Amino acid sequence: MAEAAIEAFGLVREFKKGLRAVDDIELRVEPGEVYGFLGPNGAGKSTTVHMLTTLLPPTAGSARVGGHDVVTEGEEVRAIIGAALQDAALDPFLTGSEHMKLQTALHGMRGREGRERGEELLTRVGLSKAADRKVGGYSGGMRRRLDLALALVHRPRILFLDEPTTGLDVQSRSALWEEVQRLAGDRGVTVFLTTQYLEEADVLADRVGIIHRGRIVAEGTPEALKAEIGRPSVEATPVEEEDLPRMRQVLTRFGEAVASSPKGAAVRLLGGDAQLAQVVRALDAEDIGIQDLQLHAPTLDDVFLAKTGRSLEGAAEEEEPNPRRDAAAREEALAA
Amino acid sequence: MSRSTVALQVGMLARRSVVRTLRQPAMVIPALTFPLLLLAINSSGLDSATRLPGFPSDSYFEFALAIAFVQGALFSANSAGTNVSNDVETGFLNRLSLTPLRRVALLLGQLAGILALGLIQAVTFLGVGLVFGAGIKAGVGGALVIVAMSLLISLAFGCIGAFVALRTGSGEAVQGTFPLFFAALFLSSMSLPRNLIESDWFRTIADWNPVSYMLEGIRSLVITGWDGEALALGFACAGTLALLALAATASALRTRMART
Amino acid sequence: MRRGGFISIALAVGWRNVHTYFTNPAFIVPGILFPLFFFTAFAGGLSRVDSIPGFDYSAGYTAFVYGFVLLQASAFGGIFTGFSIARDFESGFSRRLMLAAPRRGGIVGGYWIAAVVRAGFNVLMITIVGLITGLQIAGNGVDLVGLYTLALLVNAAAMLFGSGVAMRLRTMQAGPAMQVPVFLILFLAPVWVPYDLLTGWVQAAASANPLTLALEAGRGFIAGDPTKVLPAFAVVAGLLTLSVLWARGGLRSAERAV
Repeated sequence: MAEAAIEAFGLVREFKKGLRAVDDIELRVEPGEVYGFLGPNGAGKSTTVHMLTTLLPPTAGSARVGGHDVVTEGEEVRAIIGAALQDAALDPFLTGSEHMKLQTALHGMRGREGRERGEELLTRVGLSKAADRKVGGYSGGMRRRLDLALALVHRPRILFLDEPTTGLDVQSRSALWEEVQRLAGDRGVTVFLTTQYLEEADVLADRVGIIHRGRIVAEGTPEALKAEIGRPSVEATPVEEEDLPRMRQVLTRFGEAVASSPKGAAVRLLGGDAQLAQVVRALDAEDIGIQDLQLHAPTLDDVFLAKTGRSLEGAAEEEEPNPRRDAAAREEALAA
Repeated sequence: MSRSTVALQVGMLARRSVVRTLRQPAMVIPALTFPLLLLAINSSGLDSATRLPGFPSDSYFEFALAIAFVQGALFSANSAGTNVSNDVETGFLNRLSLTPLRRVALLLGQLAGILALGLIQAVTFLGVGLVFGAGIKAGVGGALVIVAMSLLISLAFGCIGAFVALRTGSGEAVQGTFPLFFAALFLSSMSLPRNLIESDWFRTIADWNPVSYMLEGIRSLVITGWDGEALALGFACAGTLALLALAATASALRTRMART
Repeated sequence: MRRGGFISIALAVGWRNVHTYFTNPAFIVPGILFPLFFFTAFAGGLSRVDSIPGFDYSAGYTAFVYGFVLLQASAFGGIFTGFSIARDFESGFSRRLMLAAPRRGGIVGGYWIAAVVRAGFNVLMITIVGLITGLQIAGNGVDLVGLYTLALLVNAAAMLFGSGVAMRLRTMQAGPAMQVPVFLILFLAPVWVPYDLLTGWVQAAASANPLTLALEAGRGFIAGDPTKVLPAFAVVAGLLTLSVLWARGGLRSAERAV
């Protein structure tokens, strides 16, 4: 078997008072793959990324990135990875160009080489016109693009993106997705992407790992995971609002109730989409007019719900410790 | 790909540190104007103190000029601390951690920003002092020594600010130390020479307070001339504080940038 | 449904601010520590100043400094309440208050109540520390009433000035705009030596500074030798009137923004 791009073996990270932000993570990401790490706020995604990018030592377990151990070969790992972490991590008083100049210089690119690489990346992310403006005046989308460009300076073969589109508008998000797809597709970069957005994982990821309370509860391609759940849901909206309770009663004969819009009712069909016709006939028999009827294929949220008993949206855990601020934990880790 | 040398890294980070300090007028202007304002108020308000028997100067302005340099250094602490805490809070330090950057380069780079502001302050205060009639008894050489001592004091307090920022990762904590620094300045021979402080407890604190000796070192060059003892004590206190603060900052940086 | 009148609104807002103040060490501590620190530093470090030829104050240097610190604590107690107002605007809480209260002047009244309580607490602490460390107040009951009334008026004037700034700017960034003018007024007065021992431009500034009269009157009360009482109260009343108008303008500005 070819060497994995990223491997984790029983990875654990414990913080003060025994809080286990990451609890025995095992994963393997193949070279060139886009791996989506999906979970709600506080699930342990960022802590996992910090360990894989050598910014936080594991409490137990091990991990290898690009064939190098993250604890004993940290420098080698950093040489081959790029990371755009949860905070855009930019200095508001420097311009985009100045950031690029600093980053290229720190990676050993001198003079013309650094300048050309910087211009190339800024153009690629659409920031060449704003390059001489201070980052403090950039929009959220612009900061994210600069962040990504800086992570690519040294042509890493493995890229970590920690919630890269959180807080971005639709347009900025699409632009970032395109860039990620280009990186993975054209250039064979392995991308480890954490996200709380189902759609993002669905669109971008070759494989998805769903994390909940520090543990991976499901892993596979989005299609395979959804097929595992299998059953579609139907959502109906009555013509007359007062028919809604009766509509709910009829629908629950065909499966368990699931979340729906306030004016409608939805159930997961026990017998699959073949039951759709029966649902319509049943509603008709009760003389309930149907204003709208939709059949939904299973989503990753359904997968999360099936595995954890909760919906991904609204499943935010208690606040994940902020690894980069937990100086005391770092001291503990160093002393250990 | 070649790795950047430490010298290049220091150069890049020093440039960044200086640029971002100077691009924050809200930080630079108070660091210059506040000490001068207090100097103006104090020197005029307490000018009659020169009539006290044993007061070492005819001009309270010359006596008080040293305060501006030390007070300016407190602003250095604030500026350095705030800049470093911003780097921690924004995650910029993490970005730097992921590059081949050496910690020593980051430390030296940060110091460059502290020294840049310190130099601007020292030159400004010296210039204002001369314009408003202060004579430097120790001459041009003395003026240069004043700048050197002022830079050393700025370095010491700047490192303290950076240490607090790295330990706590919080700009608020840095701001919270400001009153403590002011306390250290006030509980010294700031307003009167130590031998003229009547209150025993206050004089004892001033005797033990290293800030007293930093003030007296600079002051001696202005009102006395070349006073070896005052200079030695001033440099010793500033130098020791600077070394300790630097060591503490380096240690805190090691913890904060704890990459494997 | 009945809606609150001026007094009930003022009491409600005042209670909320007082409660917040006393349950948050981050608010209490600076309010006490700063004036206390100035008191001990000046009284201790500059006590020899009373030996300057021409220094003529019978109650001693500690009492001389106490007079300044009293007004300083009162003024800054008012300004810190201005900070609270700015904070409330920034968080959006003020909007809630202004939408709920029909008599919006009551809101400002409530903040004033809080300012008085805060300053009163700080002055009490400073006075206790002063008395323990040898402060001698020679004034009688009437003098003390005069002294603390003066402090109360200065507190009100500062608070209304701060509130006017806070209601216009509606952000914590308004802090320096509140602090700096009050700081200048305080320190361009005979802080460390009597007016007659001032020289140069500071003497000129002090002669034009309304707080100089208040400071001298306050020190007179402390020494049991009231001086310039009517001019001092007149000047402070004038400052207070201007502050009321300033605060009213600020309230109008804030109302437009709701």
